[in-house]
Amino acid sequence: MLYVVIIFLFFSILLYFLLGGADFGAGIIELFTSNDNKSRTRRTMYKAIGPIWEANHMWLIIAVVIMFVGFPVIYSDMCTYLHIPLLVMLLGITARGTAFSFRNYDAIKDDKMQDLYNYIFVYSSFITPLFLGIVAGSVISRQIDPGATDYLSTYIFSWLNWFSVMVGFFTVALCGFLAAIYLIGEAKEQFDIKRFTKKAVIMNAVAVGFGGLVFIAAEHENVHLAHWIFGNPVSLIAVIAASLSLVLLWYLLSKGNTKVIRILAAFQVTMILVSVSYRHFPNIIMVKGGNNLSLLKDHAPMTTINDLGWGLLLGSLLILPALGYLFYSFQTKQSRDN
Amino acid sequence: MNDFIAARSQMALSLGFHIIYSCIGMVMPVFMAISNYKYIKTKNPLYKHITQAWSKGVAIFFATGAVSGTMLSFELGLLWPKFMEHAGPIFGMPFSLEGVAFFIEAIALGFFLYGWDKFNKWFHWFTGIVVGVSGVVSGILVVSANSWMNSPTGFDYVNGQYTNIDPIKAMFNAAWFSEALHMTIAAFAATGFAVAGIHALMIFRKKNVTFHTKSFKIAIAFGAVAAILQPLSGDLSAKGAAQRQPAKLAAMEAHFHTEPYSKLLIGGIPDTVNKKVNYGIELPGLLSFLVHDDFKTPVNGLDKIPQKDQPNVPVTHYAFQLMVAIGMFLLAIGLLYFFALWKKREWLNKSWFLKLFIAATPLGFIAVEAGWTVTEVGRQPWIIQGVMRTSEAVTPMPGIHYSFYLFTLIYFTLSLAVVFLLSRQIKMVPELYDHN
Repeated sequence: MLYVVIIFLFFSILLYFLLGGADFGAGIIELFTSNDNKSRTRRTMYKAIGPIWEANHMWLIIAVVIMFVGFPVIYSDMCTYLHIPLLVMLLGITARGTAFSFRNYDAIKDDKMQDLYNYIFVYSSFITPLFLGIVAGSVISRQIDPGATDYLSTYIFSWLNWFSVMVGFFTVALCGFLAAIYLIGEAKEQFDIKRFTKKAVIMNAVAVGFGGLVFIAAEHENVHLAHWIFGNPVSLIAVIAASLSLVLLWYLLSKGNTKVIRILAAFQVTMILVSVSYRHFPNIIMVKGGNNLSLLKDHAPMTTINDLGWGLLLGSLLILPALGYLFYSFQTKQSRDN
Repeated sequence: MNDFIAARSQMALSLGFHIIYSCIGMVMPVFMAISNYKYIKTKNPLYKHITQAWSKGVAIFFATGAVSGTMLSFELGLLWPKFMEHAGPIFGMPFSLEGVAFFIEAIALGFFLYGWDKFNKWFHWFTGIVVGVSGVVSGILVVSANSWMNSPTGFDYVNGQYTNIDPIKAMFNAAWFSEALHMTIAAFAATGFAVAGIHALMIFRKKNVTFHTKSFKIAIAFGAVAAILQPLSGDLSAKGAAQRQPAKLAAMEAHFHTEPYSKLLIGGIPDTVNKKVNYGIELPGLLSFLVHDDFKTPVNGLDKIPQKDQPNVPVTHYAFQLMVAIGMFLLAIGLLYFFALWKKREWLNKSWFLKLFIAATPLGFIAVEAGWTVTEVGRQPWIIQGVMRTSEAVTPMPGIHYSFYLFTLIYFTLSLAVVFLLSRQIKMVPELYDHN
């Protein structure tokens, strides 16, 4: 049952990265869209994510609940040492979520208020994944120091280091890339398809750039990233698969296929996550001094894990069909009806 | 401000706001589904407009409730890491089920808000019902987690270790039923009166009278029935507190001395130094009767509880008095509404009658906040009653007061934004829904 819970944890984090990430990315794309085209982007985006966007963000709640019920020590350590980036991420989530629904549900659509909502929306769409990435980078960066005695090394340098920050920017670029690929499939007019394709190219290039910087920063901070990724067959295959899927993605896009590329983009992000996490599984938080926290060791008592596992299994029987039908109704069916 | 007080204030603030968003988020979908049902049955477009107007309110509150809920699930760890480290595996079960219920609510809301005229009308109606039901279920689950903090069970606590953990037993702890019942009824009463009050104001101003009258009737029916039922569930809660948390009950009643024919106190200013109450009305024997069903058996007073294990008496007492007073007022005007409906229909449009309901708009929520204060402040100094002190649970990180200031700013801004958006919704009712 422990593995069931771990699999749920992995998938909820992955799905939050993919679905929530694409939502954030849509805001990032809007941020980097010229003023003339902003409202076109916004319309495409609203049609694409309006009905499903609340559900996309539920994956984070599921992941957090699994953490604090199933892995309380890990959760409480993260919350203590990464208090500040988690706080910033939360503020981003709050600002973004409310601005998104406020701009749609404000009964009077005057420019002044709409501009304000848009402004909050796009900047928080950038900040949130940045800090999400920083948190993700920090847990594997070995910069969390339980032995530290001063404020700066306990609560600041645990996350403010080159590696974590580069992972943050890499995450932002990936979100933008996911969103651009997703929006290509949503756009109806050639003009928009071209625009989003261009955005995808840029985001792709930026992601590759920051990916490189992540490796350099990893060397600088003594994080054995290259060793984790290239030192074992599974991670290596995952990285190769990710690279090949990228090539295939651009080939299919040039052929005008706008649907399969989504799957490829999602596959690519999944492979990146697999290749990074495989080597140090079951360890999930790497701390200075080597007392790493492990999913297989630092979990709640088995009675709790069993109940949690059953809860998740039964819950997913309810959630997955409903969610599938929601996506089907507002994606497949709608675009076919059009 | 020291870090401990800052952490407590931040938690109180976050829960204080979240409780409002989530009460409305769980009750308004029910109103929305009722009016949608009436629309399907009567084909009167007015009901469709009411449903749509309310569904926008639901969307606004759901979004705010969802983000403030996400924030809280992190704040539990950010502010109380030691508590979550030990309590998470014990009382986490309702949270994980709540995650499921909340997820379903979000999915159903997507269908409902964006599914007008796209689905079979009964399927669409059903998704609205699912929003309401899963909202109420989420509320019950979260409250059941809180009730565990009041009556911890499902584990053994030996030498500082938590062993023999049974999450299911913890979920169905002794207080869960009375607390969940009390909170659910409170949510219906508070939201019912708040929504009814806003529509009463519009009727009073003679704006879209038919629209607002129909809306008023749906909301007040729930609010009034809930207000009439609430004293019964309150009695259940108080009896439970007497049994499991005598310090809380004693503080609620400012009951300093254990003696036969214990007095029920109405009002009064507790004097904690001289251990007496000034200016209160005391009804001898009534507290004994409410707790033990006979007038003589003494109710345990604060003298039975060590000073270091006592909550803040004046705060708990005033909050309790305020909650009860408002409850009684809402009960009275709830009964008055049914009386008017039965015998004096002409009252319904009288300005004095409407003014009563306009005045009641915020009262239900003030009572909810007061009741929440009673249960939380009344549990202090414990975070887990009798097991862990709140001061042992707090984060070691210094500087929490900055985070408290930031959260204060954010919650006030959010609330201002919500009020602003709702007022714009109401202002636009004539343009959006007046096609007749």
